Amino acid sequence: MALSREQLAQRVAQELQDGYYVNLGIGIPTLVANYIPEDIEVMLQSENGLLGMGLFPTEEEIDADLINAGKQTVTMATGASLFDSASSFAMIRGGHVDLTVLGAFEVDVNGNIASYMIPGKLIKGMGGAMDLVAGADNIIVTMTHASKHGVSKLLSNCTLPLTGKGCIKKVLTDLAFIEIKDGKFYLLERAPGVSVEEIIKLTEGELIVSDNVPEMQF
Amino acid sequence: MAGFDKVVSSYEEAMAGLTDNMTIIAGGFGLCGIPENLIKEIKRKGTKGITLVTNNCGIDDFGLGILLPDRQIKKIVASYVGDNAEFERQMMAEELEVVLTPQGTLAEKMRAGGAGIPAFYTATGVGTPVAEGKDVRTFNDREYILEEAITGDFAIVKAWKADRYGNLVFRKTARNFNPMAATAGKITVVEVEEIVEPGELDPDQIHTPGIYVNRLIQGTFEKRIEHRTVRKA
Repeated sequence: MALSREQLAQRVAQELQDGYYVNLGIGIPTLVANYIPEDIEVMLQSENGLLGMGLFPTEEEIDADLINAGKQTVTMATGASLFDSASSFAMIRGGHVDLTVLGAFEVDVNGNIASYMIPGKLIKGMGGAMDLVAGADNIIVTMTHASKHGVSKLLSNCTLPLTGKGCIKKVLTDLAFIEIKDGKFYLLERAPGVSVEEIIKLTEGELIVSDNVPEMQF
Repeated sequence: MAGFDKVVSSYEEAMAGLTDNMTIIAGGFGLCGIPENLIKEIKRKGTKGITLVTNNCGIDDFGLGILLPDRQIKKIVASYVGDNAEFERQMMAEELEVVLTPQGTLAEKMRAGGAGIPAFYTATGVGTPVAEGKDVRTFNDREYILEEAITGDFAIVKAWKADRYGNLVFRKTARNFNPMAATAGKITVVEVEEIVEPGELDPDQIHTPGIYVNRLIQGTFEKRIEHRTVRKA
C-alpha cells in the first residue's frame, strides 16, 4: 500500500533528532509536527519570522498577528523567538537550520528539484523554497512517486523550471525512501506491501536496488 | 510640526507626493502586518503605473489586491502570488509584469537597499530561472549569483506601536518584511495602532529607529485572517 499523508509525515518524523531546528514546508511537511517523538525536543522554524512554532490556537487564542508561513494562525512554543524576514533567511541561508522538509513536483538523479511552477498552468511563486533548498544541507523532499496516470516524478532530468540545483539528497515518496548520490537514486526502504518491482517501474531515473530492501517501520 | 515629530494628521497627508510610475515597497506577509489603510489611500488616490515590491499581493478584496481592479500596478516584484484570482488573470493576460523573487532574496534586496549596499551574492536561485542574466561567481567552490538591491520612492509599513519620533515596535509575526521596507524607502510612511510620547518606549526594545521613518499615522485595523486554523480547547 502506498503511504497515506499521515504515514509520510510519520516516517519523516523518525528522522528528527533531539535539539533539531526544523523548517517544515506547506502541505504534508506541516503534518510532521503532529508526530514529533515525545522524548525529544525539536524547535520549528517558520520563515515568516518565528522560531518555536506551537500548536494551532484555540478560538480564544487566535491572534491575527501570529501566523505561520502557510498563513495559518498558530501559537508560540515555550522559548520561542520572533524576528524579521531578513533575519529569518539569514538563519536559513546561513545553514543554521538542521532539517528542512518540503514538497516537490519532480526531483532528479542529480539532486535537482522542481517545485514552484508549471509553465502555463500553475504560477504561484517559489516563496521561501529556493532559499531553503540552497541554504540547507539536510533536506527531505516528500512527494508522490508518480502522477495519477503513472508518470514518474523521479527523473533522470527534471522537466519543469528548477527550484534548486544539486541540493537534494533524500526523497520520501508514498512508495519509497530514496537517497540521491553520485547521479543515481538508491532505494533505501519501501512502503509496507509495496514491491521493489513496482518502485522500479515508477522510477524513470536510474535506481540502484540492493538484494534486500527493508520495509518502512511504523 | 517641529523637530523629530513624524506624526501626520491624515492618510491623504501620509501619502502626499505619491505620483504615477513610482516604486512602492510594502511590508507584510500574506495579510499579516500589512499597512491596510495606506493601501486604501493609494486606491483612493488612483495612482497608476506602480512598481510594487512586496512578498505577496494580498487577496482579491483585501490588502494590495484592491489595487488590481483599477489596473494601478504595472509591475510587481514578489515571492508568492497565489490565492488571488484577479492577479492570476492579469499575469496570464500579460497586463501585469511579474518578477518572481525568492523570499529570502527579496528580504535581503530590501535590507541591502536600505543599508547602502548595491548588490550581493547568494546561492539562492543558482541554476534556476531566477539566475537568468545574472552574474555568477564562485566562492569556496560554490556558485553564487549577483542580486541587486531595491529601494523605493515610497515604503509603506505597518508597526504595532511608535513614539512620535517614529521609533517603531512590531508585534509577533506582523514584523516580517516591515523593518526592511522601512529602511528602503526615500519616503517611509508608517501606520501604527498606537502612538506614544518620546521616552515612553524602552530604547532597548525598539525594532526600527525613527531615523528611517518620515511620516507616521495612527489608524484602526481590520487585521483580516487568511487561514483561520484552530484546535479544540
